[in-house]
Amino acid sequence: MTTNSLTTSQGAGRAGDKVFSGATLAAGCLILVVLFGVALFLVVQAIPALVAPAADIQGGNGFFAYIGPIVVGTLIAAVIALVIATPVAIGVALFISHYAPRRLASGLGYVVDLLAAIPSVVYGAWGAAFLAPQISPAYGWLASNMGWLPIFQGPASATGKTILTASIVLSVMVLPIITSLSREIFLQTPKLHEEAALALGATRWEMIKMAVLPFGRPGIVSAVMLGLGRALGETMAVALVLSSGALTASLIQSGNQTIAAEIALNFPEASGLKVSTLIAAGLVLFVITLGVNMIARWIITRHKEFSGAN
Amino acid sequence: MTVTAPVARKRSALTKGQLPAFAPYVVLAVALVLGAAILALIGFNAFGWGLVSAILFAIGLVGWSAAVEGGRKASDKLATCLIVGSFLVALLPLISVIWTVLVNGIPGIITPGFLTTSMNGVTGALDNKSVDEGTKVLGGVYHALLGTVQITLLATVISVPVGLLTAIYLVEYGNDRALARAITFFVDVMTGIPSIVAGLFSAAFFFAVVGPGTKTGAVAAVALSVLMIPVVVRSSEEMLKIVPNELREAAYALGVRKWRTILKVVIPTAISGIASGVTLAIARVIGETAPILVTAGFATTINNNVFGGWMASLPTFIYTQILNPTSPSNPDPSSQRAWGAALVLIILVMLLNLGARLIARIFAPKAGR
Repeated sequence: MTTNSLTTSQGAGRAGDKVFSGATLAAGCLILVVLFGVALFLVVQAIPALVAPAADIQGGNGFFAYIGPIVVGTLIAAVIALVIATPVAIGVALFISHYAPRRLASGLGYVVDLLAAIPSVVYGAWGAAFLAPQISPAYGWLASNMGWLPIFQGPASATGKTILTASIVLSVMVLPIITSLSREIFLQTPKLHEEAALALGATRWEMIKMAVLPFGRPGIVSAVMLGLGRALGETMAVALVLSSGALTASLIQSGNQTIAAEIALNFPEASGLKVSTLIAAGLVLFVITLGVNMIARWIITRHKEFSGAN
Repeated sequence: MTVTAPVARKRSALTKGQLPAFAPYVVLAVALVLGAAILALIGFNAFGWGLVSAILFAIGLVGWSAAVEGGRKASDKLATCLIVGSFLVALLPLISVIWTVLVNGIPGIITPGFLTTSMNGVTGALDNKSVDEGTKVLGGVYHALLGTVQITLLATVISVPVGLLTAIYLVEYGNDRALARAITFFVDVMTGIPSIVAGLFSAAFFFAVVGPGTKTGAVAAVALSVLMIPVVVRSSEEMLKIVPNELREAAYALGVRKWRTILKVVIPTAISGIASGVTLAIARVIGETAPILVTAGFATTINNNVFGGWMASLPTFIYTQILNPTSPSNPDPSSQRAWGAALVLIILVMLLNLGARLIARIFAPKAGR
């Protein structure tokens, strides 16, 4: 009887092992399936728009004439957001990792993480209701004093609902991402490098320039790339803030549009071919962000192998 | 660094060529006074005062340092000013957003019935009447709150088992195999999927499988799961990794099967971290707007069925109330409702974040022996 119960329990255990490891494997594979499913279903639903006669697509000049300007608009908004956010984010990361008093540092990091916790629609509402009216006088000044630059060509939007405002809101949203990743990298800087620099008489800034930044450069690059991925795909900040229109070079007039906002504004009422067109636009966005993210992740993995800071 | 040692009667040769310890405070006071004076000439406002004073402070301190201490110390001071300044700049939007939401949201949230009524039957005419006669704004967020809770719950029910099992596979069974490495890489890539693409995927999937135009709470829940699963995997993986190997080996030595070791030893040890990671993941997806916008439609009435009919949620409620006010000629009642809903949403997200920290602290495994 003893033997019997032992064998049965062992049999059950072996089966349990098989079932459990099978379940975990299935869950892991499901994730891969979902990611490929995302690509597959987007392609399947987008095909009608890609093969439709040019005249049937919105604008009447085919899909690529439709998607081209909003891809450019997406890139403009994301790049401006990064130009604003990157220096500030690196400054904040350095402040938390090397300047703030040690006891305050984790609390300050939590404060910056709060920026990431605020829902995007609230940022959009804030940008439209608070930031745009506050900033429109500055646009008027730019238009009258720097209007000779094509990007500040007047007349400035009276409501302030321009692509520059949308980019500022976007930059606030990507700031916590870049900050938290660069902070992690800066904290991994070998202590001996820092102390060697200080022992040679470097000031704190020279120590950062000589030890921290060279060590963290790949990390900063990939953090910025991840921020770019977020800025490219962010919807609400643009949909609520920007009063969209045709592609224009001026950043302080209403106009321009991004892919994500175009989808959000039109998808709920769309039907038939319009749905396919918007899903195809989503596919384009997916491919762009996937590329950006894969490059960023690749840099991080490569960096991990060389840093030895595990 | 400025002098920190107690000042001797005569400054020694060692501390010569350094700014005195009180230098920053002097420069700050001068900058504030000068800033106020300049702003008084061109029209005073607090933001401009802060900006002008900060610039004057940086110029003054760096200039003084360059004159007394030389270029290297001066550029160190400049870098310090810029880095501290960038932190203060980053705080501005945080304070501004929270302030705007509080100021605009409190009138909405204290309106009686705001949390307990839906938008059923609230029309533009009623909004016009409330503006003309100054009566209270009708309608509320009950239906949206209910929808958010249902959609998020369903998304959690889908994501947690998948995410947790995947994390277990990666930590306990993966052994750095090619498949495990591929899963890790693609989970990382998945965290970068734009939320609207997740929504489009779910919509495209259900359009293809169930029928064109399928928009229900369940479609939105699938979209949110696509965003939530990678977050759950990453946080659970980190937590499982820090469970000491000795615990596993002790269990194996007692003859316990691997799956029972995982269920009875590894997961209970890591449960506080896993639970707080899941809470943070919920906090992340509960505020997502775009995926719900393209998958669940808009509803103004209470819908208790996740699997049938359009469904409202807090983020889409905010979005539609701002973009398409109930009464186009009088958008104020709609914007009051939108800000009220935004305040409710922010409170929800902050509570979830706080909850995650509490869970991590309260249920943390006892460290002592």
